[in-house]
Amino acid sequence: MHWNSLGDFLAMGNHGLYVWGSVAVMALLMVAEPMLLRRGRKKLVARLKRQLRAERSEARAASEPLTTTRRSHG
Amino acid sequence: MSNRVINWFRYASPQTFYPLAGKLIPWFWALAAIFGVAGLSIGFLLAPTDAQQGEGYRIIFLHVPASWMSMFIYLVMAFWAGTGLAFNTRLSGMMASALAPTGALFAFLSLWTGALWGKPMWGAWWVWDARLTSELILLFLYIGFIALQAAIDDPRRADKAGAILALVGVVNIPIIYFSVKWWNTLHQGASVSLTKAPSMAAMMLWGMLLCALACWMYSIAVALMRVRTIMLERERHTDWVRALLGERE
Repeated sequence: MHWNSLGDFLAMGNHGLYVWGSVAVMALLMVAEPMLLRRGRKKLVARLKRQLRAERSEARAASEPLTTTRRSHG
Repeated sequence: MSNRVINWFRYASPQTFYPLAGKLIPWFWALAAIFGVAGLSIGFLLAPTDAQQGEGYRIIFLHVPASWMSMFIYLVMAFWAGTGLAFNTRLSGMMASALAPTGALFAFLSLWTGALWGKPMWGAWWVWDARLTSELILLFLYIGFIALQAAIDDPRRADKAGAILALVGVVNIPIIYFSVKWWNTLHQGASVSLTKAPSMAAMMLWGMLLCALACWMYSIAVALMRVRTIMLERERHTDWVRALLGERE
C-alpha cells in the first residue's frame, strides 16, 4: 500500500481536487450512460407493446361479426 | 472439418444478433468490473509517486484509457459505417449509430480529465495546441455524426449520410495520434507506444493497461445495449420483433 493514511489518500499530494474531480465525473458518466440506456429500452419496449396490442385488438374488432352497437353507427 | 465451420454471416442479421448480444452483455459488464477494480487498485493504491508530477499524475489512469477509447471507437464506428455504405448491410449502420454516443462520452472525458491534469501541471485548463485541438475536433465529429443522423427521418439515408461524415473524419485520428510528434506541443509525448519500450514504471503501466481494458469492456457492453434498442426500434414492423414483444406479454 502506497498511502500512510486516508487523509493522505484523499489529499493526493495537494492535487486532490484535480484527481477526484476527474474520477467523479468519469464515474458519474459511466454509471449514467448504462442507466439511461436501460430506461430508454424499457420505455421503447412498453411503447412497442402498446402499439402491437392496439393493432391486434383493431384486427380482432374488424374480423368479428357485426354487433348491434356497431350496426347502429350506420 | 467443413461441418464445424460456423457461419459467421448468420450473426450479421439483426434477428440472430439480438439474442446473442443479450447473452454477451452481462459477461462484458463482469469483465469491465474486474478489470476496473484491478486497474484502479493498482493505479490509486499501489503505484508509486511520479518523480516529476507527484500524485497528480494519477489522472493518467483515467485520461489515457478515455483518450484511447475515444480514438479507437471512432475507427470502429467508421469501419462499420464504411461496411454499411459498401455492402448495404442492415446491421452495420446500427452498429455505427450505437457507437457514436459512447465515443463522444470518452472524447469528452478525455478533454475533461486532460483539463484537470493540465491545470496543476501546465497552469492552464486549456491551450490551443495540436493534441488538444484535434481531440476537440474529434468530439465535434461525434456530435456532428449524431446530429446529422438525428436530422434525417429515413434510417437508411441517415446511415449513408452519417457514414460519409464518419469516413471523412477518419483523417483526424492519425492527426491526434501523431500530433505530439509532428508539432511542438505542451502535451507530453506518448508514454506507451508500439515502437519502443514504455517510459514508465511497470506498476503504472499495468494500472493503465487494466483501466484501458476495463474501458474496452465497458464500451462493448454499452454499445451492445444500445444496438439492441436501435434494432427493436428500426425492426419494429418485422415478424421477429413482433414475436419477441408478444412473448413477453
